[in-house]
Amino acid sequence: MISQLSWKIGGQQGEGVESTDRIFSTALNRLGYYLYGYRHFSSRIKGGHTNNKIRISTKPIRAISDDLDILVAFDQESIDLNGHELHDNGVIVADAKFNPVVPEGVTARLFAVPITAIAEELGTSLMKNMVASGASWALLGLPLEVFNKAVEEEFGRKGAAVVEKNIDAVRRGAEFVLEQAGGPLDEFQLEPADGKQKLFMIGNDAMALGSLAAGCRIMSAYPITPASEVMEYLIKKLPKFGGTVVQTEDEIAAATMAIGANYAGVRTMTASAGPGLSLMMEAIGLAGMTETPLVIIDTQRGGPSTGLPTKQEQSDVNAMIYGTHGEIPKIIISPSSIEECFYDMIEAFNLSEQYQCPVIVLTDLQLSLGKQSCEMLDYDRIVINRGKLVSDVPLLETHAQFKRYEFTEDGVSPRVIPGEKGGLHHVTGVEHDEIGRPSESSINRKKMMDKRLSKLDNLQITNAIHVDASYEEPELLIVGMGSTGGTIDEARARLEQEGIKTNHITVRQIYPFPTELFKPYADRASQIVVVENNATGQLADQIKLNVGCAEKVRNMLKYDGTPFLPSEIYSRSKELV
Amino acid sequence: MATFKEFRNNVKPNWCPGCGDFSIQAAIQRAAANVGLEPEQLAVISGIGCSGRISGYVNAYGFHGIHGRALPIAQGVKLANRDLTVIASGGDGDGFAIGMGHTVHAIRRNVNITYIVMDNQIYGLTKGQTSPRSAVGFKTKSTPEGSVETTLAPLEIALAAGATFVAQSFSSDLKQLTSLIEQGINHEGFSLINVFSPCVTFNKINTYDWFKENIVNLATVEGYDPTNRVMAMTKLMETNGMITGLIYQDTSRRSYENLVPGFSQESLAHHDLTLSQDDFNGLLKEFK
Repeated sequence: MISQLSWKIGGQQGEGVESTDRIFSTALNRLGYYLYGYRHFSSRIKGGHTNNKIRISTKPIRAISDDLDILVAFDQESIDLNGHELHDNGVIVADAKFNPVVPEGVTARLFAVPITAIAEELGTSLMKNMVASGASWALLGLPLEVFNKAVEEEFGRKGAAVVEKNIDAVRRGAEFVLEQAGGPLDEFQLEPADGKQKLFMIGNDAMALGSLAAGCRIMSAYPITPASEVMEYLIKKLPKFGGTVVQTEDEIAAATMAIGANYAGVRTMTASAGPGLSLMMEAIGLAGMTETPLVIIDTQRGGPSTGLPTKQEQSDVNAMIYGTHGEIPKIIISPSSIEECFYDMIEAFNLSEQYQCPVIVLTDLQLSLGKQSCEMLDYDRIVINRGKLVSDVPLLETHAQFKRYEFTEDGVSPRVIPGEKGGLHHVTGVEHDEIGRPSESSINRKKMMDKRLSKLDNLQITNAIHVDASYEEPELLIVGMGSTGGTIDEARARLEQEGIKTNHITVRQIYPFPTELFKPYADRASQIVVVENNATGQLADQIKLNVGCAEKVRNMLKYDGTPFLPSEIYSRSKELV
Repeated sequence: MATFKEFRNNVKPNWCPGCGDFSIQAAIQRAAANVGLEPEQLAVISGIGCSGRISGYVNAYGFHGIHGRALPIAQGVKLANRDLTVIASGGDGDGFAIGMGHTVHAIRRNVNITYIVMDNQIYGLTKGQTSPRSAVGFKTKSTPEGSVETTLAPLEIALAAGATFVAQSFSSDLKQLTSLIEQGINHEGFSLINVFSPCVTFNKINTYDWFKENIVNLATVEGYDPTNRVMAMTKLMETNGMITGLIYQDTSRRSYENLVPGFSQESLAHHDLTLSQDDFNGLLKEFK
């Protein structure tokens, strides 16, 4: 019995790769396995090689694996491109239709299953996905009833006949491969899972759900990879809560519309990726200057310019910190798990109202789109804090205005929303006085700048950094952010076996940098290696700038569009020690 | 009920003496009172430029945003609280140059707000450069030999974009302007009111006298039917856009807020944000 296994399906974009993966992994999730998915896709709709890989485990996992156990191939290209990942006992389940060949140097066994033929016999080649997933399921020797139930739910609304046909396809795929293999493969028998109910979702869904839970009722956004799922989820759900998603003409409108709606009292956000964030910079400055709450998700992808729109990168850190002209208070948090994608949105909305400033939630493509197991989300952790939002304020005297920008001890002023009789005030992106009227007075200017910037002096975020520090004086302190945490931990486990002592910090609060929390761990490490998917070491630079110890900070960079593999972090770490 | 005086504040506008914007300010204040608003029920959202200062000169909720972005901010405000009357305002550079994309899409979207463009055919606050509304050959600091670009016809664009309310006025005609703003506020959907507002400092061509000589009040045009879209387009083309009055109105199309599925009939800003445990559990189902 094994505790984990990797499975991949490859084919042409649009021929059922996605749906095969979806149904196969949904069934595995029902059994309680931990799953971690990785999508390889291109910026096109039909055609072009695509593949989805999932890792199945009896324990929590947050990384893709270096190698592969089972490859399901809809075409020869999928074998040629991915066959090398298979280990020696690996298996290829390929469509017999294209006379699959095992490439030279690959020792995996091949099962040629008439995937297309069976599907066509049952009525439509669309059912290829069912035949293929049925064959995969059978090789693992898992109970067919669980799989059939998933099929029922996927196709139930299309009627009993469709369900039956699909179940038939699954059965025939299973039977065919079992006959060839002589039964389920012993070496792929997974230990039973803990059976605990888990969720299986992508980071974008978790962030969208988190926003809804946080009381977000309007989202204004412009479609972009890899952020669009957030708006697509919310447009399905928000109408039930009276709200909506507005698909704007561009990201400038998306961000400024969100500012208008937040100003008027509704928790509103937008989500985009690098190119969209570039367009939003002016609006972020406006939110900072007018002290209007604003939550923006940046799902990082390969830059610069259009860059690699469907590939992994973490290269927006500098742009998010330094992007706007002038100086404003701003908070950047970076979730590192699906659970955090959910809870961080609640926190982001709270922070943006408590500190009346823009909050950027920074994810990366792998976290946003990689489907993963997620521990059951906790309703009791949904707490809404609207900061100094006041209502029923006393009536004003004639010509008096509400002091929306009142100087206060903590720099945060009371906020009212339009409609309040006693709350009349003016808001402007021009430097202004306490009631929001334009002011060029040098004295006022300095006081207002200090007021705005001092708001974050008292910023306290729980779990600003996640620390796994087993060693008092480690040889390496490995630092990462976003989706890399699980990969780093797997590399550390290997290093540990070789007696190399490492600690691990995942930085969640990217800006303002949590220097005080971070420094003690940095001081005690011989070397600090910063793992990030960019070419210039942007997070490492923040550490050097804020924490110091530049002499012992090392970069571990990857910017070829793919996420780190555990083996890569392991090898580079070993080189350093 | 509030009188127009209650929409005045004690701020002295920084406009030049004689600027057309003063009358527009007065017309907004009068129209707001005439339709029965209280100051707290009105939000004036403006862009950047001389005209953009308007939000600070009306005793109401005011948001002075960024150049060209008054409309998306204003739509956000309206969607958040549909009980508010929202007026967006800015200049011709704001609405027809840097913000043109938003203008066209705000027209298409048809959120129930009123957009007043203070059109002086020039950039005033930056001290006299050409605008999309400047005439061909118009000499400015940025076009010393005269502008070679075609003058934009915003109201024709508005009609083409599916506008449900298009009007034009002249800042000297306070009565007509006030009435059009009232009609715009009362119109369900997006209302566009372009107002010729002479810049007495930098525009020596499109002066008060020039407008008086060149504009035709639609009230004097026999048989003009503002519900006829083809007639509206024809008239705009025939007169090179030099007409004032209600040019076109379509009352058959509902506003965005009334068409979007499930959108709250009450102000969203006053909704309870809490998600019930049942709703939460329901939402988790699809991920199991």
